[in-house]
Amino acid sequence: MARIDLDLAHAYKAKPQSEEDYALLPLKLSFEDGGAYALLGPSGCGKTTMLNIISGLLTPSQGAVFFDGVDKTAATPQERNIAQVFQFPVIYDTMTVGENLAFPLRNRKVPPARIKERVGQIAEMLEMSHQLDQRAAGLSADAKQKISLGRGLVRDDVSAVLFDEPLTVIDPHLKWQLRRKLKQIHHELKLTLIYVTHDQVEALTFAERILVMSRGRVVQEGTPEELFERPAHTFVGHFIGSPGMNLLPLSASGGRVVLGEQEVQAPPGLRIPEGELTLGIRPEYTHVADPGQPGVVLARVEKVQDIGTGQLLTARVGPHAVRARVGLEQALPAAGGAVGLALLGRHSCLYKNEELIA
Amino acid sequence: MQLRLESIGKKVGSEDWLYDMSLSPQPGAVTVLLGATRAGKTSLMRIMAGLDAPSTGKVLVDGLDVTGQSVRRRDVAMVYQQFINYPSLTVAQNIASPMKLRGEKNIDQRVRALADKLHIGMFLDRLPAELSGGQQQRVALARALAKNASLMLLDEPLVNLDYKLREELREELAQVFSTSDATVVYATTEPGEALLLGGYTAVLDRGELLQYGPTAQVFQQPRSLRVARAFSDPPMNFFQAFRVLGGVQLPRSALLPLALPDAASGSAENVTVGLRASALRLREREGDLSLHGKVLLAEISGSDTFVHLSSDIGDLVAQVPGVHHFTLGAAQTLYFAPSAAFVFDAAGDLLLAPAGARSS
Repeated sequence: MARIDLDLAHAYKAKPQSEEDYALLPLKLSFEDGGAYALLGPSGCGKTTMLNIISGLLTPSQGAVFFDGVDKTAATPQERNIAQVFQFPVIYDTMTVGENLAFPLRNRKVPPARIKERVGQIAEMLEMSHQLDQRAAGLSADAKQKISLGRGLVRDDVSAVLFDEPLTVIDPHLKWQLRRKLKQIHHELKLTLIYVTHDQVEALTFAERILVMSRGRVVQEGTPEELFERPAHTFVGHFIGSPGMNLLPLSASGGRVVLGEQEVQAPPGLRIPEGELTLGIRPEYTHVADPGQPGVVLARVEKVQDIGTGQLLTARVGPHAVRARVGLEQALPAAGGAVGLALLGRHSCLYKNEELIA
Repeated sequence: MQLRLESIGKKVGSEDWLYDMSLSPQPGAVTVLLGATRAGKTSLMRIMAGLDAPSTGKVLVDGLDVTGQSVRRRDVAMVYQQFINYPSLTVAQNIASPMKLRGEKNIDQRVRALADKLHIGMFLDRLPAELSGGQQQRVALARALAKNASLMLLDEPLVNLDYKLREELREELAQVFSTSDATVVYATTEPGEALLLGGYTAVLDRGELLQYGPTAQVFQQPRSLRVARAFSDPPMNFFQAFRVLGGVQLPRSALLPLALPDAASGSAENVTVGLRASALRLREREGDLSLHGKVLLAEISGSDTFVHLSSDIGDLVAQVPGVHHFTLGAAQTLYFAPSAAFVFDAAGDLLLAPAGARSS
């Protein structure tokens, strides 16, 4: 296990000129020993580039990679002692489940007794103990991916285990199980885990710390709670949460606050800096309230969806769409009707030039 | 357009892929085919499209038997998981291709309108390879819409897209479907997607059609334990229980005072209680029952915390709104209203579902 530090940038092009030429803009990052991290972002954000630089599949065009303070920029994946799990199962069909799990250990000449012990342990955690003698060939895609995960986790002497969207091929129900397993394994083995995904639920549920990436930049690093409650950047507000944060223009001057095109009274105790800002409020914190109350605007109902565990309200404040997650018991006007929505309050975030300022 | 499948079966080799399925998707509406991989969604769609013939049964379109008739002679458009476009044609030419084939007029204008609707109006002169995955799938969707077919089939069209893009495109699709007269069939593995699309849902599991009806109704009144399991995410929590005088008894735990319908011919007293993860809460309300256990794991999804509990009566998952911190291994009590419980009989058929919070 190792602490990993990055101080680098990467461009696939020679002689990068502008920011767009970089897959990863200059950055400095640390992954603590034994931590569970997720790199989260849309395709093209640079998360896979970063993973490949950590694993040694890719050499950064500038800067260096350190493992426990030692420069490993030129080292191969083998020399870095990294285990990897990919999107699709990478296993040997002709071997049994047990042989597949033992393979990374045999390769490293681990004593047979120790191999047996570790394979048994991992198989039990993954609930595959009864399948150890079964051939991998006949198994379902799910089971094969479980073996891949097991192979990634079987060695306890690795610097880190890297996961590249490992649950893509897994059905929703099994994802719940596997995520639980991964968390338990992390809890027991304290390996350094780095997990790449575009799926915010996977990232937030898996990791202790999440690095949200956009266009070659880490826009925020934080715990799931921090990313949800106080997104540092409007991109994070939009990207985390389903649906994402409501964002609408707010202008404040001389004590007057205009939200969308409506003047609203600021709730007492809420500090609103002067200027042209963007208000961010999560649909979970957007409540139906009496128009005229502080922080409440009048919106027009566009649609109401029954999402099983609640209702998803889509409304418009002027031209701006606002969503609210409300309880099933809340009575809502039909489409076209007017509704008061509390947008300014203790859960509201204010952004200037996309950065959180209050 | 009225599509009717009558006792469709599909065998591949000696393996049954679809068992005796009868389904008439609501004309002019969206029908979601919901099920895990290998539930039979794609096999069924291919038969609907005419890409495959069923081994048994009939396919009827507006009362006419079209079983075995090739896809070329059917009025159907299909969108796949993979982004399929003509690589050497521009976006505009791709979208125009079905219209040209039919020798239509005003093609340019209609291509432009469709492209604008799907937010690819600025890419009309590009080749598909010059677009992102999400944009490529938009082109495929626009081309399918350009066909103006009376039956539109979409086989997990968003599965290869980023999470956020899925959200956006799903919303746009729902909008497009609501303004079209086509009968739409949409396959997905995700319960949440079915709920957001609304319309009607057919739940499939291992080649069987388990239930078909308005989406909200299937969600609120799953006919069986299998439907309830398939149509829940996180999975519904199930507990073995007994039917007793005055309700349902959870072993070593509470009595749920529920009025069950009369037992059929004094049959087995064993029942299964189902509780949705969202029915469990941390704070007690009046009339609540409690479950005690140890925290196995707590996952924070942002808006919710998923608490995995090893309880007296089995492992369970609770979805509680907001961010909460738990110590792994610590004792924890969860509460639920007995009226939130589903009850299934020994055969797995629904005996009782919670009365909806609203009458919908």
